[in-house]
Amino acid sequence: MAEPRTIDIKDQPGFRSIAIICLLVLYVPVLILMIFSLNSGSLVTHWEGVTLGWYGSALRNAEFHNAARNTLIISVTATIVSTICATLAAIGMTRVKPWRGLSAAFMVINLPLMVPEIITAVATLSFFALIAGMFGLNFGIGNLILAHTVFCIPFAYMPIRARLEDMDLTLEYAAADLYATPWNAFRRITLPLLVPGIMSGAALAFIVSFDDFTITQLVAGPGQTTLPLYIWNQIRRPMTPEINAISTILLLVSILFVSVSFLIARQRAK
Amino acid sequence: MTTATLSPPATLSNAASFEARAVKAGARRNRLLSLPALIIIGIFGVLPLLIICVYSFLVAAPYGGVQWQFSTDAYLNFLFQRDIFDDTLQFTPDFLIIYLRSFLFAVVTTVICLLLGFPTAYFMATRPPAQRNWWVLLITIPFWSNLLVRTLAIMFIIRDEGLINNALLALGVIDKPITMLYTNFAIQLGLLYAFLPFMVLPLYSSLEKLDFRLIEAGYDLYATRRQVLWRVIIPLSKPGIIAGCLLVFIPALGAYVTPLILGGGVHLMIGDLIAQQFGSGRNWPLGCAQALILMAAVLVALFFYVRNTSGKMQHG
Repeated sequence: MAEPRTIDIKDQPGFRSIAIICLLVLYVPVLILMIFSLNSGSLVTHWEGVTLGWYGSALRNAEFHNAARNTLIISVTATIVSTICATLAAIGMTRVKPWRGLSAAFMVINLPLMVPEIITAVATLSFFALIAGMFGLNFGIGNLILAHTVFCIPFAYMPIRARLEDMDLTLEYAAADLYATPWNAFRRITLPLLVPGIMSGAALAFIVSFDDFTITQLVAGPGQTTLPLYIWNQIRRPMTPEINAISTILLLVSILFVSVSFLIARQRAK
Repeated sequence: MTTATLSPPATLSNAASFEARAVKAGARRNRLLSLPALIIIGIFGVLPLLIICVYSFLVAAPYGGVQWQFSTDAYLNFLFQRDIFDDTLQFTPDFLIIYLRSFLFAVVTTVICLLLGFPTAYFMATRPPAQRNWWVLLITIPFWSNLLVRTLAIMFIIRDEGLINNALLALGVIDKPITMLYTNFAIQLGLLYAFLPFMVLPLYSSLEKLDFRLIEAGYDLYATRRQVLWRVIIPLSKPGIIAGCLLVFIPALGAYVTPLILGGGVHLMIGDLIAQQFGSGRNWPLGCAQALILMAAVLVALFFYVRNTSGKMQHG
């Protein structure tokens, strides 16, 4: 007897398994790396017992301190500068009459996303070598801050612009109707509504700067070691679980900032 | 949210857009606000690209850097080698082979990421909203996590004394470790691992907007599951597929970290080749020329993307 089968029209056979496999593939290697940071043995591959000792030895390491300090100086400065620039640019490109060159400006802002990182890296290296050779200019760690600011701007720009476009213009018109000056309307209405977008953008800018390896590696001068560069230097020596501990710290920072950015962005959807 | 209830009814939208124009006209000088971002990217992002164009036509200085003397050697060196004795050019495909290898790696990465990423994104898009958010967060985290560290995680697993070999040895499946690290397989695996989230997220944002009534219509017209997938779902998600493929293909083609760590300097990709000219190779013009050739390949890919997406808009 043929019973009428009810099927879920959205279902496709096998897709659930593939999705779960993808998730496992993405997480298992990283989780193993994290677990081995707790290994009490001195090998990165043989499990001997649980300890937090490698975190201790990482945190007491002067080279690690130096790298962490450089990383924070670079990424905090680059985040602040790029978020300010991106916020201004997003306003200048959404709250205006369309101007000639608007689409060109949009392309320029997004350029760092389209150029492969290695090209940006060697181009930036060539640029700083040229100005050092011609004008004797070397900004020291400022070179890295400038290079990071460039590629942080589009990452900060995206969520801010999205927020501005989603925002209800009625409130801004109401402010204008009530004789608010453009500055007052911006400060009292637009800016407070924009804050989640700015926070989300700043979090993304911070992560991409904090994690950057390729551009930093080519542009960094002597003594300008950042955390990713420090890890890279460690890989080339005999490895201890200390490298797992430092890697785990980096991953946790990324996870924290992504989650913050994600949660802020989700507020908008509600 | 309050903003939703405050939005003007449809009949007022004309008045609103009139008012919008008035407000926007008043804020015309706002465009100057984009200047700081444009100046910073212009000087430290666009100008360096022009500089490597110039550098690629100069002569390499012996200890790195360039000498200001015009030469097309960098481009000739890409395909030919100058014989030291009789100054003739001889065809050497070494660089070309590395470019083709990288292209192949990037294509395989894109295809496998699509095959794995599409079902994943579709599955995510068909979850109830609360579950969906978790899935998106779980895919977003690796998207933004440190690539160096993620590549390191792969290295720990596939090396000779790594987890896979240890497990196989312990189970007695093999009696000596299988060499996986520093092989083409390692690079391919690393690329897949690195770029899978780059495929899933754009696919998801396209599938999320899918109108499921069209699927219902397909079934009403006696389509099978496979037919619905191939003739309804996939055509509708074409913009997401193209965006995802591009987001995987471009960074995979220019990958640097993955082959550096998992290829061990033996199996090169374009990215390492370029970096090498600025390091031990001490041939900046050659590195610049190689970077520009990679850039040209990227522009071709972007051109196809723009042509495809704008064609889409014309056809509605």
